Amino acid sequence: MVQTGGRAWKFGDDINTDYIIAGKYKLSITDLDELSKHTMEAIMPDFAEKVQKGDFVVAGRNFGCGSSREQAPLVLKRLGVAAVIAKSFARIFYRNAINIGLPAVECADTDEIDTGDLLEVDLTRGTVKNISKRKVYMIKPLPPELWKILSEGGLVNYVKKHGRLPW
Amino acid sequence: MGKTISEKILSHASGKDAYAGDLVIAKIDAAMTHDGMAKLVIEAFQEMGGRQLWDPSRVAVVIDHVAPSAYESFSKVHKMMRRFALQQGARFYEVGSGICHQLMIESGLVSPGGLVVGTDSHTCTYGAVGAFATGIGSTEMAAVFLSGKLWFKVPETLKIVVDGKLPPMVFPKDLILKIVGTVGADGATYKAVEYGGSAVKALGVEERLTLTNMAVEMGAKTGLIEPDEKTASYLASLGHKPQQGFKSDEDAEFVDELVLDAEDLEPQVACPHAVDNVKPVTAVEGKEVDQVFLGSCTNGRVTDLREAAKILRGKHVKKGVRMIVIPASRRVYKQALKEGLLEVFLDAGCAVCNPGCGPCAGGHQGILAPGEVCVSTSNRNFKARMGSDEAEIYLVSPVTAAVTAIEGKITDPRRLLKEA
Ligand code: SF4
Repeated sequence: MVQTGGRAWKFGDDINTDYIIAGKYKLSITDLDELSKHTMEAIMPDFAEKVQKGDFVVAGRNFGCGSSREQAPLVLKRLGVAAVIAKSFARIFYRNAINIGLPAVECADTDEIDTGDLLEVDLTRGTVKNISKRKVYMIKPLPPELWKILSEGGLVNYVKKHGRLPW
Repeated sequence: MGKTISEKILSHASGKDAYAGDLVIAKIDAAMTHDGMAKLVIEAFQEMGGRQLWDPSRVAVVIDHVAPSAYESFSKVHKMMRRFALQQGARFYEVGSGICHQLMIESGLVSPGGLVVGTDSHTCTYGAVGAFATGIGSTEMAAVFLSGKLWFKVPETLKIVVDGKLPPMVFPKDLILKIVGTVGADGATYKAVEYGGSAVKALGVEERLTLTNMAVEMGAKTGLIEPDEKTASYLASLGHKPQQGFKSDEDAEFVDELVLDAEDLEPQVACPHAVDNVKPVTAVEGKEVDQVFLGSCTNGRVTDLREAAKILRGKHVKKGVRMIVIPASRRVYKQALKEGLLEVFLDAGCAVCNPGCGPCAGGHQGILAPGEVCVSTSNRNFKARMGSDEAEIYLVSPVTAAVTAIEGKITDPRRLLKEA
């Protein structure tokens, strides 16, 4: 599983689920395409408009803290975000991302990545290549139980394919 | 080796001798979803080929986030939930029943020693009665609906010991704000938090719920309090026969221990735009406010309403300020009605709304305009959570909220002691 050719969008620490998609939208808009237009609105108003398919969201510690809303990873995926790369994740966001087939990648070196850097993520090898800065960072490997789900494109796809839950 | 409450509950639910770090597949005792997430749950359940819930008597479907519906989009969600729940024979909570977490406690679905999941991060609240309860996403909930099982990583436990007695005008909300400020927004990520010590033991179950409710604001998987006689009699008073539950062994291993003295505590406030941006109320006294919200799964119970009503009795909310009061459930509403508390709020000029989440997550009933300041008894103050991203939210105790509403500016409730 390799994601190529994406640009980085850099965020800070503690990016909560209200920043990713605010409650006022989650609790009024149920159409995912409409909802995704408000992604990151409070902290980066032009993100949803400018992000390109295959780009990466890059952040510091505790990405996705707050609510258990699965709409948070869903809007990122809908906008074409190929993976979220962060120093650490809040636990529910992390599980949700894997369950919908959005790679959530733990990488200690995100301070070295800036908005606009061209990145390449290789989940099989466990690396993030920063093409703009000619550097390679290591990522924390995914536990095999989660890899099983992610590599099938999420839990629903897993069940559709195998006719049963992974557990 | 001894075990923590979490290790015992997850061992019991998985049939394995489990310790922190182990991955287990565990049987779920009860599952809850609400209108903020139910559409995604039902769709995923159907996409996975689900026809029947694994056990409808253990599933609660609650309309609380936008209740009654404020938008046609949500009316459709509610219609879908109603049909699904009634068809499946699940426990269905209609508009006006109350907030999911309060209803789960009142319903008897949550018992000491039980394992409960909900599609809401504040599911961790139920640990106040000794259950292991945690928030999950909608796709995982669909899997639970199918199978009644889910995988868990057994968490390490952070122990928080609070001894001593809370001073006058200082409440469990002030205590938990202080704890969140100390531990930080990700200080307990992936961990369970167990609260103990004489100050915690002295609290009633309603007040303990405020402590466990905000465990997730430190990133914790769940918050727990050892069940005792108070837990048993509280649940019995709701008409349930509680199980005994578990206690952590003396030689159980905790990753860390935080010790606090209740005597030193002052009224606290979480300032914009982070829950761990906690200061003593004195640091922001005088800040003018536009809206005061008393309610939510953190502070919408009878104890909270009683404390706030004591302050508001015979007084009036400051001109130009609005105060919104929302009891956490129909049961709470009826009790408050019986005790005359709602009359106190109405006489003080408050808007009293039907049970539910109200403005807490920005759904309706109190959305903020740009530049407005809201003082709230809820649990999150993130930018844009209750409306405009140019509004500010300050989190406080019900008593600080009530005093602030009267003064029209953030006020240390201990001023009342000096005046008296
Ligand atoms: S009251 Fe607020 S925090 Fe509690 S469940 Fe409702 S929206 Fe969530």
